[in-house]
Amino acid sequence: MVKNKKTLIIIIAVLAALPLIFKSDSFHNIMVLLLIYATLGEAWNIITGFAGQISFGHAAFFGIGAYTSSVLFYRFDISPWVGMVLGGIFAAMVALIISYPTFRLKGSYFAIATLAVAEIIKQLFVSWKFVEGATGISLPIVDDSWLCMEFHTTKLPYIYIALGLFAIVIFVCNYIENSKTGFYLKAIRESHEVAESIGINTTNYKTLAMVISAFISAFAGSLYAQYVLYIDPFMIFTLDISIKIVLLTVLGGIGNIYGPLIGASILIPLSEITRVQLGGTGRGIDLMIFGLLVILVACYQPKGIIGLVNKVAKKFKKEGEGNVEANS
Amino acid sequence: MLKQILNIDNITMKFGSLVANENVSFTINENEIVSLIGPNGAGKTTLFNCITGYYQPFSGKVTYKDMDITGFTAYKICRLGITRTFQIVQTLKEMTVEENIMTGAFLNTKSRKEAEAITSEIMELTDLTKKKSILGGSLTIVDKKRVEIARSLATKPQILMLDECMAGLNQTEIKDVMNLCLKLKESGLSLLIVEHIMEAIMPISDNIVVLNAGKKIAEGVPSDIVNNDDVIKAYLGDKYHAKSQKS
Ligand SMILES: Nc1ncnc2c1ncn2[C@@H]1O[C@H](COP(=O)(O)OP(=O)(O)O)[C@@H](O)[C@H]1O
Ligand SMILES: [Mg+2]
Repeated sequence: MVKNKKTLIIIIAVLAALPLIFKSDSFHNIMVLLLIYATLGEAWNIITGFAGQISFGHAAFFGIGAYTSSVLFYRFDISPWVGMVLGGIFAAMVALIISYPTFRLKGSYFAIATLAVAEIIKQLFVSWKFVEGATGISLPIVDDSWLCMEFHTTKLPYIYIALGLFAIVIFVCNYIENSKTGFYLKAIRESHEVAESIGINTTNYKTLAMVISAFISAFAGSLYAQYVLYIDPFMIFTLDISIKIVLLTVLGGIGNIYGPLIGASILIPLSEITRVQLGGTGRGIDLMIFGLLVILVACYQPKGIIGLVNKVAKKFKKEGEGNVEANS
Repeated sequence: MLKQILNIDNITMKFGSLVANENVSFTINENEIVSLIGPNGAGKTTLFNCITGYYQPFSGKVTYKDMDITGFTAYKICRLGITRTFQIVQTLKEMTVEENIMTGAFLNTKSRKEAEAITSEIMELTDLTKKKSILGGSLTIVDKKRVEIARSLATKPQILMLDECMAGLNQTEIKDVMNLCLKLKESGLSLLIVEHIMEAIMPISDNIVVLNAGKKIAEGVPSDIVNNDDVIKAYLGDKYHAKSQKS
């Protein structure tokens, strides 16, 4: 039996029903973005929530995914589905190159390296002709097609692709959390010394976590590119995206598989609504409100909203048991 | 016949100009409890770290079952069958007692079921079954020490190294640990124990090694050690050593 299976299936079923009940275009738009960010949060949670290694550069892997599928589609007419998988592999390779050497060192070299990596890749892409440099890539517009992952008449297919991806990812994360690898990653997070003392090759496990995390992030990137149909280095390899991933997971509940979904369900609607209501001047207001929420959470409930929910649930359970005893 | 399992050969460890271990040598045999004693700062924990791969010794050699393991990484040494605990207890705070121990049990299996089976066996042995759902961070210091021993045992070591795991325990708790050590010895393990509580280690040790200021000053069976002048001096200081005052 898979732990949490029932809860996960219910959540996914509800998410699948929502766009059929609320049919407005703006709601559908929010759902696509929300699911993409929730997926990114899940990916980030593996390396930072489970393994405790802080990454500030997940936009890099998101961007590698976005660019790989876009360039292949734009230059060679290769289906974004293929590009998605290749993007995942490229991102995993980059993650391996960054993380293996930095994880071998003691200290915060990894966190620093992740901060630099998105910036370096951005500069690279800005001056790289083959990927259209700073101009960015406008994806060729074709009729609605599953093969080309383009839909202009309805957003529903995007929602269900994003939901499919999110569902796979959350099940994978749930599986990891309850397996040997999950135990090992958490042991590394709690104490490096203990982990080594019970036979855990900490460098390899941290690297593995990072590779899986980058692989997943790239998938979300490819999907995002197919959804917005235009990418440039400044909008993709931006600290803004990396920080959003961090904040939404911390608010929802770091190290918890439900955390990213909860966080994204608050941040993404907030972002979209302030953007639409306030236009260009509203830029950053979402992050300001969100930052405030995160500070509140960090002060009162470091485990995020899910931690709060669990605490309340426990309290009710205890009171319930108390009543049963009182009645008997 | 005694069969050697671990050999410490002339280990020297320096921190800058401070020599924490100086040419320390001794042997542990299969199925034997060896205790390492000495005043605070004698270099016991440092020696633990040198044996288990946390420090690279400056010179000397550690041999385990005829294999030179000097300078091996810590996780490799554990995989070979040597597991240690820490003087400053290290609990995996956000994990329950059961999960703490399971993490150790996963060394020899990929299967969660098997890890759970090993864990429940070890929780029985260490009297932790009732506390299995408590988070590591909310345990008392005594239980934390117990969990640490249990987690180490879950890796199924051939040599278990305990660094002051009885400090702060009351009489009955110390008795429990002593019995556990004897039980483990009976089941075939070798133990290397760092401890200050003489009443606890004298009755269970086959051999005692005494360190002082980084050097080995004595080695022998417990009855010899308690009568050894150098050992008494090291513990009480020259000033209070009755025999040396007389002379
Ligand atoms: N990492 C370290 N860096 C510098 N000095 C150390 C370090 N670890 C231990 N020492 C010193 O080495 C000596 C032996 O310490 P230790 O092995 O902890 O002694 P014991 O465990 O016998 O009490 C002490 O003087 C201590 O200050
Ligand atoms: Mg010590």
